[in-house]
Amino acid sequence: MKDFIIPWDETDKGTPAKTGAPVTLTIDGFAVTVPEGTSVMRAASEAGIQVPKLCATDSIEAFGSCRLCVVEIEGRRGTPSSCTTPVADGMVVHTQSERVRRIRRGVMELYISDHPLDCLTCAANGDCELQDMAGVVGLRDVRYAPGENHFDVRQNGEANPRYTPKDESNPYFAYDPSKCIVCSRCVRACEEVQGTFALTIEGRGFDSRVSPGAGFDDFLSSDCVSCGACVQACPTGTLQEKSVIELGTPTRSVVTTCAYCGVGCSFRAEMNGDTLVRMVPAKGGKANRGHSCVKGRFAWGYANHRDRILNPMIRDHVDEPWREVSWDEALSFAARRLSAIQAEHGRRSIGVITSSRCTNEETFLVQKLARAVFMNNNTDTCARVCHSPTGYGLGQTFGTSAGTQDFDSVEQTDVVIVMGANPTDAHPVFASRLKKRLRAGAKLIVIDPRKIDLVKSNHIEAAHHLALRPGTNVAVVSALAHVIVTEGLADEAFIAERCDDESFADYVAFIRDPRHSPEAVEALTGVPAQELRAAARTFATGGNGAIYYGLGVTEHSQGSTTVMGIANLAMLTGNIGRPGVGVNPLRGQNNVQGSCDMGSFPHELPGYRHVKNGDVREIFERHWGVEIDPEPGLRITNMLDAAVDGSFRGIYIQGEDILQSDPDTRHVAAGLAAMDCVIVHDLFLNETANYAHVFLPGSTFLEKDGTFTNAERRINMVREVMKPKNGYADWEVTQALANAMGAGWHYSHPREIMAEIAATTPSFAGVSYELLDRMGSVQWPVNEEHPEGTPMMHVDGFVRGKGRFIVTEYVATDERTGPRFPLLLTTGRILSQYNVGAQTRRTDNVVWHDEDVLEIHPHDAEQRGVTDGAWVRLASRAGETTLRAKLTERVSPGVVYTTFHHPETQANVITTDYSDWATNCPEYKVTAVQVACSNGPSDWQEDYAAHAAKARRIEAAE
Amino acid sequence: MSPDKMVHMANQIAAFFKTQPGGGQAEKLAAHLNDFWEPRMRAQLIAHVAGGGAGLDALVLDAMDHLNAPAA
Ligand code: SF4
Ligand code: SF4
Ligand code: SF4
Ligand code: FES
Repeated sequence: MKDFIIPWDETDKGTPAKTGAPVTLTIDGFAVTVPEGTSVMRAASEAGIQVPKLCATDSIEAFGSCRLCVVEIEGRRGTPSSCTTPVADGMVVHTQSERVRRIRRGVMELYISDHPLDCLTCAANGDCELQDMAGVVGLRDVRYAPGENHFDVRQNGEANPRYTPKDESNPYFAYDPSKCIVCSRCVRACEEVQGTFALTIEGRGFDSRVSPGAGFDDFLSSDCVSCGACVQACPTGTLQEKSVIELGTPTRSVVTTCAYCGVGCSFRAEMNGDTLVRMVPAKGGKANRGHSCVKGRFAWGYANHRDRILNPMIRDHVDEPWREVSWDEALSFAARRLSAIQAEHGRRSIGVITSSRCTNEETFLVQKLARAVFMNNNTDTCARVCHSPTGYGLGQTFGTSAGTQDFDSVEQTDVVIVMGANPTDAHPVFASRLKKRLRAGAKLIVIDPRKIDLVKSNHIEAAHHLALRPGTNVAVVSALAHVIVTEGLADEAFIAERCDDESFADYVAFIRDPRHSPEAVEALTGVPAQELRAAARTFATGGNGAIYYGLGVTEHSQGSTTVMGIANLAMLTGNIGRPGVGVNPLRGQNNVQGSCDMGSFPHELPGYRHVKNGDVREIFERHWGVEIDPEPGLRITNMLDAAVDGSFRGIYIQGEDILQSDPDTRHVAAGLAAMDCVIVHDLFLNETANYAHVFLPGSTFLEKDGTFTNAERRINMVREVMKPKNGYADWEVTQALANAMGAGWHYSHPREIMAEIAATTPSFAGVSYELLDRMGSVQWPVNEEHPEGTPMMHVDGFVRGKGRFIVTEYVATDERTGPRFPLLLTTGRILSQYNVGAQTRRTDNVVWHDEDVLEIHPHDAEQRGVTDGAWVRLASRAGETTLRAKLTERVSPGVVYTTFHHPETQANVITTDYSDWATNCPEYKVTAVQVACSNGPSDWQEDYAAHAAKARRIEAAE
Repeated sequence: MSPDKMVHMANQIAAFFKTQPGGGQAEKLAAHLNDFWEPRMRAQLIAHVAGGGAGLDALVLDAMDHLNAPAA
């Protein structure tokens, strides 16, 4: 085993990269050319000369406090610090001289005199810049007599008033103030990189110390979101991962990709043998640029959780306990049942669900299993329940189903619309990059029923917050377009050149109608007309305009229509095809984009090509040697309907928990219960497994090779850093199941699957593992025209040719409030938990969120006698549950909000079976509900808990 | 699928195509159903129409002429 060769340079160059005209200078006699604005320190590093430093690191701007980095510059007096001195043409720099050596040694001597000398037992031993610098400057003795310091617990027989004990409140890292050199790298990282401003330097001079918040806070109770940026920036062992304290410093590292959200951050998995010691965000990762959030950085402990199931299990009936069996027995049991169902009920009676958490290669195989082995198109994915309207809406307007930009694009944006998304919780690293741009002056328009953190938090404030009533997205988007068109703010030149005339003429005729004016829709949407007009003007006239949206757009009856409305807005304002603009769906799970690309949907073969097209089918028929069914297959909700009707009886579900994640839990349960063979392939006995007959243990992202595709269309490598604990990577399990049904597949490595994808799917034509190893990552399409990928789409023309405007009439959802259910429930998630929480609930992240709560406006609460923290009953026409109430003005009166991370809450018992008209994406974001005081779990919750406990029994081994 | 649910879904799709400019709404609606509704679902719709088509939007009824009947 050796380190994977990191395809980028990870050296800390001391200060951030700049862009500007080239400037040439000489450093220690070597000429070096760098962009204007670069520091002397960075220029030296580019030339291969590392100037000693302590307070500088290249993720944050230079601060110039330690004076270790002094150099001599010919023609200048004194010894300037190289980190804060910009380069100039013709400058002659000497990084070494007797004078600077003396200064540096003096600086180090001072630092060391207030630092404990227990290096050998320090967790940062071998990984400490203070240690390194002591060596580099040749520190040989410390002449100061022991005196006042911050590290002795007791001095002169008394408690040392300067000593502060360790803060171990954060579950993942410790803060040991006795080791702090007060370089403030952590404080600046928290501000500049993360944008949370949780840390400050308290006190002055010798007394100054780093503090999380207002003097009495510890890390856990402070504003800290545990992103790890400060830990990463700290040059000493002061801020240190607890896993390193426990396991020792890592000895090898492998670059891989986070398996949580659609940002797709690159990490170095740092290992000791086959033990993962820590995950460190990779600087060369083009999605994250060296940043991370608490999930990817720290919440990987689920991989070793005792709940993980490592052996296959089967049972004849779901009310029996599970029986552990060999892989062979489990697979042949599954294959026998599936074949028997098909023999009796026809070839369309079984299907698959692919996972947005598994790799592209695994997803490709699962849909291939349906198409080439089951011989039908019954394949769907959980992307159905989040972003299917994006596929449909963007496909109709632009001709491709994907975001238009890369994340770097946000650095050039002037005005941003964030609609139905909550990036600080759901896409944290993107949020940090966005906030950085906002602090630099870009304007923000938030369209969301809730006052999300971006509306106002430390050093950022939205210019406009359109707090619409849930379910009125289309009306708001149309009103924005109405203002732009009627006030003459549309980008006529762009439209004339790039868009379809006829569709534009129809659209203008439609949108001009006064019924779309902000004034006309105010009563419906609850958004003040003046505010909406102002927002439209800001967006249309503010420079580069970018739209980022999430599930608050798609998960509605009119989800697809809203996506088209967003595309209309971007075309109207000419905001497509250059950096800083675009339409950017924020994908929920890590591989939502990839699972859609890979043909998981029942009507599309890989690459978004409809199964009705004979030429496309032929490509796959040739490769696979089978005939492909030309009819679209069943979508998840249709499968469940067909199951209840008796015509759909077997399913293979990879890495999804539809019972918890899909709406209308009772309906899902009824569908699953009606099937003869439910195969769950997962890490844990998830909720769906309560209805399963076969359980195939899954592998984590640490245990397999493959690729994920993030929200930017970026294909990132996932690398096997340890062997699968369950024995097989997920793609091997799918292959074994296919072969048990006679498929005769013989892939020996995921690279061969990628080769098949490239051979059959034009947008992946140029993708190979060799290319990914060399480039680090690429954004599809990768083809002859774009051999190294496509960071930006629709540059000279839309994929479909001319952009097509689509008329977007508002149609009210049938889910309406009334006397029985007067409130609107909307759902979302929070930072520390992920989706149904199967992974994050099995980590220490639960310290931040150990139950789902119901956010309710104090006014609505008062009317119902509900107090903060009280148990409430939440009921809709679909069902009811109980949870605790949290009184907050983040939600408007009339609206309540909850998350769905915990199975005990069963929030989806409440959601209904209404869905997007075009794609059946469920309407999670609007449910009419009533809230009342309660004193405990609902009958459903109790029955459910009893049933789940029974269904999870595993027979004791003999 | 419950007839109510099917009728609701079909009417939702009709509600979109009804608002689209130009002619051929019935064809467009039928094309959408042909593209996205699995044969079983289309068969159920056809049977429902044969039984009187209770609750269905007029545009859905118009579209039936263009709907591909699934091979049995
Ligand atoms: S972990 Fe992140 S949020 Fe917390 S103090 Fe460090 S940089 Fe700030
Ligand atoms: S905690 Fe670390 S980064 Fe922060 S001031 Fe102290 S030594 Fe510097
Ligand atoms: S969860 Fe998302 S933002 Fe956080 S580290 Fe993983 S990919 Fe990055
Ligand atoms: S590194 Fe330049 S002053 Fe600290």
